[in-house]
Amino acid sequence: MPIDSQALHKKAYEIRQRNLIMIYEAGGGHTGGDLSSADILAALYLNGVLNVDPKNPRAPDRDRFFMSKGHGSGLLYTTLAFAGFFPEEELATFMKPLSRLNGHPHVDVPGVEANTGALGHGLPMAVGAALAAKMDGASWRTFVLTGDGELQEGSNWEAAMAAAQYQLDNLTLIVDRNRLQMVDRTERIIGLEPLADKWHAFGWSVREINGHDHAEIVQTLSGVPFEIGKPNCVIAYTHKGEGVSFIKDRAGWHHRVPTEEELGAALEELRGAAQ
Amino acid sequence: MSELHDCRNAFASALEDIARGDSRVVVLCNDSVTSAKLSHFAEEFPERLFNIGIAEQNMVGMASGMANGGKIPFVAAAACFLTARPLEQIKNDVAYTDTNVKLCGVSTGLAYGPLGGTHHSIEDIAWLRAIANMTIIVPADPLETEQAVRAAADFIGPVYLRLSRMGVPVVHDAGYRFEIGKAVRLRDGKDVTLAACGTLVPRALAAASMLEEEGIQARVINVATIKPIDREAIVEAAEETGGIVTAEEHTIYGGFGSAVAEVVATTHPVPMRILGVPGVFAPTGSPEFLFEHFGLTPQGIRDAARELVESEGSQ
Repeated sequence: MPIDSQALHKKAYEIRQRNLIMIYEAGGGHTGGDLSSADILAALYLNGVLNVDPKNPRAPDRDRFFMSKGHGSGLLYTTLAFAGFFPEEELATFMKPLSRLNGHPHVDVPGVEANTGALGHGLPMAVGAALAAKMDGASWRTFVLTGDGELQEGSNWEAAMAAAQYQLDNLTLIVDRNRLQMVDRTERIIGLEPLADKWHAFGWSVREINGHDHAEIVQTLSGVPFEIGKPNCVIAYTHKGEGVSFIKDRAGWHHRVPTEEELGAALEELRGAAQ
Repeated sequence: MSELHDCRNAFASALEDIARGDSRVVVLCNDSVTSAKLSHFAEEFPERLFNIGIAEQNMVGMASGMANGGKIPFVAAAACFLTARPLEQIKNDVAYTDTNVKLCGVSTGLAYGPLGGTHHSIEDIAWLRAIANMTIIVPADPLETEQAVRAAADFIGPVYLRLSRMGVPVVHDAGYRFEIGKAVRLRDGKDVTLAACGTLVPRALAAASMLEEEGIQARVINVATIKPIDREAIVEAAEETGGIVTAEEHTIYGGFGSAVAEVVATTHPVPMRILGVPGVFAPTGSPEFLFEHFGLTPQGIRDAARELVESEGSQ
C-alpha cells in the first residue's frame, strides 16, 4: 500500500535503527552500504512499488527484486521483515550458526530471489527474468539494485547490451551511487563517470535522482517504463552511511561494526531523524 | 569399427522434441548456434532460442534469471567457454541458488585438437564436480545422449551435460534406458574392471576384447553419471574384480578417475590406474592424434589393465 513520503521516511529510519542493532548484535555486516540503500528498499517494499505478497513470496506473477549488492543483506532482511515476509524477531539470528539469515542473501529467506554476494551477478539474472516475462507477455516487472563500485565488473556491461537488444522496458536497474567502494572513492580506483552517459550509450533510458528523497524515489520508480522498448536505469545519488553523521561518506565504515557507544550515538541520531 | 555418430545430432533432435512438448524449454547460446547443432531448433522455435553473443557470464546469469521466471533454460556452448569464464555464475546463480538450468558443454575434452589448449576442455569435470547441487552426465553414444537430454529436462535442478563432437560407435542396445546416477555393465569379467565415460567407453570395450585374447577377463562399466556417482557399481567392481582402470577425456586431476578413486579408497581399496591427460596442456594435433599421444586408446587401456593385473599377480 502506498504511504506518504513522510511516513516512508519514518519507516526508512526505523529500518536503519533495527539494521544497525542487528549488525551490532551479529558482530558483522555492511554498515555503510546498508544505510546508503535504506531509502530505496523502503520505497520498493513499503510503498507498493514492488508488487509482492509476503504471504505468497513465490507467486509466479510477483515482481522480481534482485539484490545484486548482496553485502546489503542486513538491510534486505530488515526490510523484508518490516514488510512482513518473516517475523522481525528472526533478525536476531543474523549470521548466527545455522541461521537462514546468511551474511549474504539466500533463497531460503522468503522474498530473496537469488544467492547474491559475488558482485556483478544480479543484473544478468534480472535480464533473464525480464526476458522470461516478455516471452510470456506477463505484466510482472523486474528490479535490480547494484552498488556503484560493483559496476567495475564486466558482466554488468554484457547484461546492459543484452537488455537493450531485447528491449526490456520491464527491467529497472537502480544504481546506489554513493561514490564509495570498500577502501576508497570509486573515481580514485577505477572511475565510473560519466556514468549516466554510459548507460545512455548502452541504449538505456536513464534518470538521475536523489536516492534519499522518498518522494523522488517513489515517483521515479512508479514511472517505469520511461521509454517504450528501453530498459530503465535509475542512478540514485546517495551517501554511504546516510543518517549517521560519523559514518556518512566514510570508506572505513564499509563493514565496520559499531561499538556499543557508537551504536547508542547512531541510534540517537536516527531516532531524531525519524521524527 | 562400426558406423560413427556425432552425438550433437542426438542432442539437438532430443532437445527439439522436448521443446515441442514443453513450451518452458528455451535455449541460450554464445554465438554457438551451428557448433551446438541448433540451426534446426532456431528455425522451428525462433522465439525460444537466444544467441546471447560472446558473453558467457551474462549468458549463464540470464539462464538463472529465466529459470526464476519459469523457463527451463538449456545453455549450449563449447565446453571450454561454457565452464571456465562463467564459473562463478555456475557456482552462485545456477548451483547455489539451485535454479533449473541445464548446462550443455559441446566439443568437450580434446575434440578441438589442433585449435590448442584454449579450446580444449579437460578441466570442466573437475571444476563442476567440486560444486554442490551439480549433476554431471557424460553420455557415450547417441542413444545415451538422447536419453540423458530427456533425463536432464525431467530433473529439477542444475545439470551439466558433457557432449563430445567426436564420432563414436553405438555401445548400447536399443533397449537401453539411461538413469541419472546409474552405471551400466557393458561386459562382465572377474580379473579387472575398465571404468570409462563418454568417448572412452568404446575404447574400453575394445581393450576388453584384446585382454580376452590374452586370457584376462575384464569387466567394462560405463559410468555416464559422474555426479552423483554410482557408488554401488564401483564398490561391486572393486570387490569382485580386485582392480580398476579408469579412462577419461579429461585431466587426471579431479575428474572421473578421481571420483572413482574417492569411492574405492574409502570403501574397498584396490589397485587403480587412472588414464587421462596427465596434468599437462595438450599439444596441437587432431583429436585422434592426441588420444594416441596420451594412450587413450584400446591398446593404452589394455596395457594399463595388463600391467595392473600382472603386478597384482606378482605380489
